[in-house]
Amino acid sequence: MSALTIENLDICYGESKVTHDINLSVAEGESFALVGESGSGKTTVLRAIAGIATSWTGSITAFGQARSPGIDRGFARQCQMVFQDPYGSLHPRKTVDATLSEPLAIHGIADNGERVDEVMQSVGLDRRFRFRFPHQLSGGQRQRVAIARALILRPKLLLLDEPTSALDVSVQAEILNLLKRLRREQGLTYLMVTHNLAVVSFLCDRLAVMRHGRIVEVASADQLKRGALEDPYSRELIQFSPSHPA
Amino acid sequence: MATTRDWLLDDSPSSRLQARLGRGYRLSRALMRNPLAMVGALIVLALILAALFAPWIATHSPITQDLAMRLKPPSAEYWMGTDELGRDIWSRVVYGARITLMIVMLVAVLAAPVGLVIGAIAGYYGGWVDRILMGITDIFLSMPKLILALAFVAALGPGIQNAIIAIAIATWPGYARIARAETLTIRNSEFVSAVELQGASSFRVIVNHILPLCSSSMIIRVTLDMAGIILTAAGLGFIGLGAQPPLPEWGAMISRGRSFILNEWWVATMPGFAIVIVSLGFCFLGDGLRDVLDPKHGDRQ
Amino acid sequence: MSALLEIENLRVTFPTARGPVDVVKGLSLTLGRERLGIVGESGSGKSMTGRSILRLIRAPGKVTADKLRFDGIDLLAQSDRQMRAIRGARISMVMQDPKYSLNPVMTIGAQIAEALLTHQKLGRTDIRGRTLAMLEAVRINDPARVLGLYPHEVSGGMGQRIMIAMMLIPEPDLLIADEPTSALDVSVQAQVLEIIDDLVKRKGMGLILVSHDLDLVSGYCDRILVMRAGEVVEECIASELRNAKHPYTRGLLAAIPRLDEDREELPVLQRDEAST
Repeated sequence: MSALTIENLDICYGESKVTHDINLSVAEGESFALVGESGSGKTTVLRAIAGIATSWTGSITAFGQARSPGIDRGFARQCQMVFQDPYGSLHPRKTVDATLSEPLAIHGIADNGERVDEVMQSVGLDRRFRFRFPHQLSGGQRQRVAIARALILRPKLLLLDEPTSALDVSVQAEILNLLKRLRREQGLTYLMVTHNLAVVSFLCDRLAVMRHGRIVEVASADQLKRGALEDPYSRELIQFSPSHPA
Repeated sequence: MATTRDWLLDDSPSSRLQARLGRGYRLSRALMRNPLAMVGALIVLALILAALFAPWIATHSPITQDLAMRLKPPSAEYWMGTDELGRDIWSRVVYGARITLMIVMLVAVLAAPVGLVIGAIAGYYGGWVDRILMGITDIFLSMPKLILALAFVAALGPGIQNAIIAIAIATWPGYARIARAETLTIRNSEFVSAVELQGASSFRVIVNHILPLCSSSMIIRVTLDMAGIILTAAGLGFIGLGAQPPLPEWGAMISRGRSFILNEWWVATMPGFAIVIVSLGFCFLGDGLRDVLDPKHGDRQ
Repeated sequence: MSALLEIENLRVTFPTARGPVDVVKGLSLTLGRERLGIVGESGSGKSMTGRSILRLIRAPGKVTADKLRFDGIDLLAQSDRQMRAIRGARISMVMQDPKYSLNPVMTIGAQIAEALLTHQKLGRTDIRGRTLAMLEAVRINDPARVLGLYPHEVSGGMGQRIMIAMMLIPEPDLLIADEPTSALDVSVQAQVLEIIDDLVKRKGMGLILVSHDLDLVSGYCDRILVMRAGEVVEECIASELRNAKHPYTRGLLAAIPRLDEDREELPVLQRDEAST
C-alpha cells in the first residue's frame, strides 16, 4: 500500500502560488527525499502534508485516507514531523521529560513514565538527560529529543525537514545513523526534505528534485549514486555538491 | 550546605522537582549578584515586613487623635512628627504600608492575568479576534491612566476598593499589548508548530506553551509598573477619591499635609519619602529581574 | 615571505559559574599573503580565534597572547580608537548571516559609502563611482538600482555579496571570513567564494576562512588548521587533507556522507568528554 500519495498539489501563501502541480507517491516503508535549493517549495510541501500550511488544492492521501487542510488529531498519531533547527523546535522552559510527556497527555495515553524512558532509550539518550532543559543539551542531543518527541506517538510516517543541516558533521553522522536504524527497527516511512545530496544517498531510496515549485525529476538513489540524473538542473546540483569520492 | 548546592546545580537532575528547584536557585543566584536588584528586593521586603508586623513596629495608634500634640516636629517620641490631629506620622506611614501593599497586590492579581490572557488569545488566533480585542485595548490605552481611574472612581464612588478596581481597569491594556507582542513572536516558532502537530487544542497550546513564556516579561513589567500603580493610588488618595479618612493612605496623607507645607514640612514630606523609596525599590527589583529573566540574557549559567 | 599576521600562544578565556574556561588554548600561527582555512566543529574555538584578531571578544571574555602582531603592529597594545581605525580599513571581517550584519533602515548605497568614508575622505562622485565599481566586482547586475535598495529587498546570496563589497571596498590587507557561505545555496556559495578568491589574488590580500565545512576549505584554501576544543590538532597543506594523520581529522572526514554512499553506517567520533 502506498503510505502517501500526492496529486496535483498547488500550495499558496496569500496570493502567490508556491508549488505547481506536485505529484508523487511514497510506498510504505520507503524513504523518499525532496531535494532542491531554498525557495524551491520543498519545505512547503511537508508543511501542507503536516497541516501547518492550509491553503492548498489537489489531493493528499495518507494510508488510504484523504487529508483535508489543517491539523488533525487522528492523523497526528500516524504522521509526525522533525524540524530543521534543534534550537528552535524545543520549548526553552520545558525539560526533556515535559516535552516528551506532552504528546501522551494530549492523546490521553496513561503512562507512568515508561514510554518516555523507552523512547529516550531508542533514540540513544541517556536517562540522566531526562530532566534537563534544552539549554543544557548539545545540538545533537536536542535533535534526538525532537526525534523522540516525533516517535513517542508511534507514527508510521515521519516528515523530516533538513534534520541534520544545522548540525556538525560528526553529529550529523550520528543522527543519520539513528534515523537509518529507527527506520529499520520500526518500519517507518520517511519523507525528507534536504539540500544535501550525499545525505539522500545515505538515507533514501528515491528522490524528487524540485525547482521553482515544480518537480523536475524523480529518480532512484542508485541513479544518484551513479551520477545518472537526467534533468540538466539535477546534474547542476550534483556538480555543485561538495562531496566527492574518496 | 555544599551538598545541597551541588544537588541544586546538578546538570542531570533526577526528578521534575529537582530540575525546577535548580532553575530557581540559578535565577536567584544571578539576582543576588546584581546589587541594585538586591537593594530593591530589600526595600520591597521591608515594605512587606512593615505591613505584616505593623502593630509591633508602630509606636502609636495610627488613628487615635491627640489634639494637644498636633503638628509636633520629629523627635524621640514622634520619629516623624505628628499631623494636624496629633497622630503619629511614623505609625501612620507603617500602617500605610498595608494599604499600599494591598493595592499593589490586588491590582497585580486582577490586571496582570486578565491582560496576559487577552493578549495571548489575540496574538494566537489573530484575524478578527485580534482586531476586536486589540480595538478594545486601544480604547483603554488611549486615555491617561489617572484620568481613566478617576472616571471609574467617580462612577463607582470613592473608596479604597473602588480605587483598586479602577486602577486595575486602567492597567490591564498595557499587559495585553505586551502579551500579544510576545505571543506573536512565539506563535510561529517551531516548538509551537510541533505541539500543534501532535494535535494539541488551542487552549492547551496557549496555557501550557505560550503563557509560561510570556510570564517572565509580564513579571518584569508588573514589577516596574508597581511604582506607577502606587503613584496612581496616591494620586487618587491625594484628590480624595481613594482611601477615605481616617485610613492612613500615603497619598491622602500628603494631601492633608499640603496646607502646612511651609511651616510643618514633615507632615507632607514623610509619606512622600515612603512613596519615593517604595517606588524606587520596585523599579530596581524590576530592572534586576529583567536582567535575570529575560530570555535574551538569562539562562546561560 | 614577510608575515602579515603573527600569533603566538593566543588564549581566549570566559568566566563561568564553575570557574574560567579557555575556549582557545594557546594557538599560534603565522600568515603571509595566503589563504588559510580554520576548520572545526561548533565549540572548537575557530570563530573566537577570528574574532580575537580584531579584538571583537566582548567582556567578560578575555584575550591574551604572547604575540599578536599584524603587519608590525601589536594589536593587543592598541587603544580602542586605534583599533577602530584598523578594523575595516586594514582588517575586515565577513560574518555568516548578512541579514543581521546589514542595517535594515539604511539603503545599501549609503551603507557601502559609510564603510568607505569612515576610512577615507572622498568627494560625492568618487564615492558613487567606487561603490558602483565594487558592486560590479562582486557581480551584482544593475548596481545603480541596487544602491537604492534596502537589505530586506535583496536575496540572501545578494546580501552576502553586498557584505563582501562593504568589507572589501576600503581594500584591507587581511580578510577574515567567518562561515561566509553557510547560509547560502550551493550554487550561490560557489559564486561568492569565487569572488573572494578573485579579489584575494588580484589585491594580494591575506585571507582567513573560518568554516565547519572540510570539503569547502580543502578545495579553496592553501593551508588548513584543524581545531578541536580550543586547540589546533592538525596543520596541513589543503591538498594533503585527504592524507591527514590525526585521528580526529580522519574521523571528521570519514563522517561526511558521500554522493556515492554505500556504507551501511557512518563512522562516528568517539566522544570521551561530556559534550557541551
